[in-house]
Amino acid sequence: MYNQTEIIKDTSELGAEGELVINMGPQHPATHGVLHLVVTLNGETIKKIEPHLGYIHRSIEKMCESLTYRQFIYVTSRMDYLSSHINNLGCALLVEKGMQIEVPDRAKYIRVILSELTRIASHELWLGAMAMDLGAFTPFFYAFREREMITDIMEDTCGARLTMNYIVPGGLMYDIHPDFQKKVKAFITQFKSKVTEYEDLVTNNVIFQSRTKGVGILSAEDAISYGCTGPVARASGVSCDIRKIYPYEVYDKVEFDEVIETAGDSFARYIVRVKEMNQSIRIIEQLIDNIPEGDFVGKTKNVLKLPKGEFYTRVETARGEFGVYVVSEGGTTPHRIKFRSPGFSNLSALNHISVGSKIGDLMASMGTLDLVIPDIDR
Amino acid sequence: MTNEEIKEYISSLAPAATYDESGEWLNILVEPTTIKPLMTTLRTGKMQMNYLFCLTCVDFKTHLTMVYHLSATTHRQSIVIKANVNRDTPVIETVCDIWRTAEFLEREVFEMFGVNFSNHPDLRKLILEDNFKGFPLRKDFEDPINMIKL
Repeated sequence: MYNQTEIIKDTSELGAEGELVINMGPQHPATHGVLHLVVTLNGETIKKIEPHLGYIHRSIEKMCESLTYRQFIYVTSRMDYLSSHINNLGCALLVEKGMQIEVPDRAKYIRVILSELTRIASHELWLGAMAMDLGAFTPFFYAFREREMITDIMEDTCGARLTMNYIVPGGLMYDIHPDFQKKVKAFITQFKSKVTEYEDLVTNNVIFQSRTKGVGILSAEDAISYGCTGPVARASGVSCDIRKIYPYEVYDKVEFDEVIETAGDSFARYIVRVKEMNQSIRIIEQLIDNIPEGDFVGKTKNVLKLPKGEFYTRVETARGEFGVYVVSEGGTTPHRIKFRSPGFSNLSALNHISVGSKIGDLMASMGTLDLVIPDIDR
Repeated sequence: MTNEEIKEYISSLAPAATYDESGEWLNILVEPTTIKPLMTTLRTGKMQMNYLFCLTCVDFKTHLTMVYHLSATTHRQSIVIKANVNRDTPVIETVCDIWRTAEFLEREVFEMFGVNFSNHPDLRKLILEDNFKGFPLRKDFEDPINMIKL
């Protein structure tokens, strides 16, 4: 894709003194996936960052064009694999919106509970991995201790730990595990007693603070211009929570706060995610005892055909706004499908927030963007 | 603003625009040559569409359609701007100096559909290999080695 000799040739043509081009990735421990950054340095100062994508490109959009409206949902689990349940939900919502399928209340409640559990699991993994990038190894084990409980709940109910594939158009694939409520409550108790440990271990850590405060500052205006969403934009003071702005499922019935910070630096992005985990717990607490009895799946036709036209839905994943755009010609498969992935837009801001800072700070600014590479490459 | 007001406003900027209200949002089809001045006015004028949340292209076999989903963080109203481009020599003006997110999205459309964006600062392949031939998201694309169609 971009071989070493070309890079050396490029810089000699520029003739710039003291300019060094290094390849970061595609196999770099801090990129958590196959992201390839070509970083131009002057001494230790970053002059330019160019992402080279495509190492895990599977052409999911083209693949979906030959899958039916029942099948294409499950390919999206492989995009942002940490929010796979929420990706599935976005696609199912699109089919339900297009065909006006009624979803039973029971399914809606369970979908939201699982979405919030997914969000916590994703933020937990991010917390551990990001602290590890900055040299703190212990938080990784703390974060995974709680995350493990969620993946166990997922395994019981959905049959998988990572790619859930639990949602069908019209509801859920099958009912929840009999122990589901008990286990979720046990998790909430465990999480609440342990979440203060993150504060002591990471948030109040002087080294962590000095490595993240004032690093990778993104202004509110730039965040909107770059299309940043999710915790990245909310840390810059942009209100962009899809759950609040365009409520779907039962988000309009529950009480929670949209976490907004205004500093726009890496530390603010960290704070937003930690606070968001607490809000997710709040949502789950309101719903877990009130799951209505009834069907877990609505009545649908065997063969789903979307009417001719264009459809768009959006959901809030752990990374931001995930949009599904479908152009239908009236058949059983989409004519064109486009996934608006939050990671792709968030990555485009990386060059802007890193230029002028030191290469060591790149770990902090990249880590807090929370990039998931399959989500970017699709 | 209601759809009627938006229509009136757009008509004053691009008289040749046609409208489609069958979907969720107002769809506005404009000539590709007018896209740049229209988008600039939408961004800076009274509508303040500061958030481009989706930019993509659709292949309708006879022509390609550029699709821009616009919204604003202040009033949250979304509109869809469309422009049909020729399939053989697709050219359209870039919007990446209006919304910076368009830079990467246009590079993706460039490699997947072969649409050339004039005045784009860095129009190269983003996801595919540099020596990749063809435009994979077009309907007539065939790849005998890596079968994408199932």
